[in-house]
Amino acid sequence: MRCRKCAADAAVEIRRHHTAFCSEHFLEFFERQVARAIEHERMFTPEDRVLVAVSGGKDSLALWDVLRRLGYPTTGLYINLGIGEYSAESQRKTLAYAEAANAELLLADIPGEYGMNVEELARATHRVACSACGLSKRYLFNKVARDGGFAAVATGHNLDDEAAVLLGNLLHWQTEYLARQAPVLESTHPTLVKKVKPFFRIAERETAAYAIIRGIDYIVDECPNSVGARSLLYKEALNVLEQAAPGTKQSLYWGFLEHGRPLVQGREPVDLRACLHCGQPTTGEVCAFCRMTERAAERMRLRRAGGARVTTSPA
Amino acid sequence: MKVLIRHQKREVEVRGARRVRELLAELGINPESVLVIRGAALLTHDTRVGDEDTVELRPVISGGVA
Repeated sequence: MRCRKCAADAAVEIRRHHTAFCSEHFLEFFERQVARAIEHERMFTPEDRVLVAVSGGKDSLALWDVLRRLGYPTTGLYINLGIGEYSAESQRKTLAYAEAANAELLLADIPGEYGMNVEELARATHRVACSACGLSKRYLFNKVARDGGFAAVATGHNLDDEAAVLLGNLLHWQTEYLARQAPVLESTHPTLVKKVKPFFRIAERETAAYAIIRGIDYIVDECPNSVGARSLLYKEALNVLEQAAPGTKQSLYWGFLEHGRPLVQGREPVDLRACLHCGQPTTGEVCAFCRMTERAAERMRLRRAGGARVTTSPA
Repeated sequence: MKVLIRHQKREVEVRGARRVRELLAELGINPESVLVIRGAALLTHDTRVGDEDTVELRPVISGGVA
């Protein structure tokens, strides 16, 4: 197979575009796709400061790398979730990248800040670990971005991530979630920072290929809590379809953005206010993150006070 | 050839030259779910690999959808 641009041996085939590229021209293609997405969707401008949510995985490190190369002023944010060796390794990879690239990195530490890791927060509030983790990350992305005066939070969600979430939302007709699924979530309240997904046009194979070609040392192993996650099942199902019919994932997600989303927009709750405890955006009086951490702290306090029996209800 | 299947944390020995797509089919791995690496180079599915090669099948699926 030959590179479409220079006829050298190809390194990456992109079946949905009926094309292939050598390493050099794949990087060119990749960066152009990201630049187009940012400009077309008006995600941010070269004058905006962007907070990049970095996990140490391929997508987020590739995103940080490409945004820096495109000349956007970025700062990374790594959140220590306290998930044993997985968190320790992902933090090492993130710190090594930041140091080698001489890039600014902020660190948030959930066990250090809240006295327990996300698995303990989940257990204390009868959530599954991924729920407590997702809630904590969304909260801290927004809080750090707002406190630091960033114009937007950028995450490494790619086409496969978005197509899998969409499939899950469709299978269960989660119309509120469908309405909120977009490459750009604008700020709809003074406390809410804009969220953007510059990789929404790019397949997961391509973000991994970018990271490998650029020599980015990312954490390959998955979070131990993601074993058996429904999102992985949806990705596998979509990959079966993609293998048989290249372009399926793109058609599903891009088609939704063009034809489906306009039908469900306006169903999301828009009545946001500032949390009475922390000032972050919420639809109630106290945000879900404060409810979770306060319940978990109360449970820990009672345990330390003498092992009293405590019952909790889901946050 | 040596094939390191990273996400299954195992290594298998496969004899005989063949194309990457044939190798993946024999191992029952969806080509959409992995990248195939030889040395520092990414291989497309029509590349031939042989007995002297060591290739890594690196998963591209990540579950961090929060």
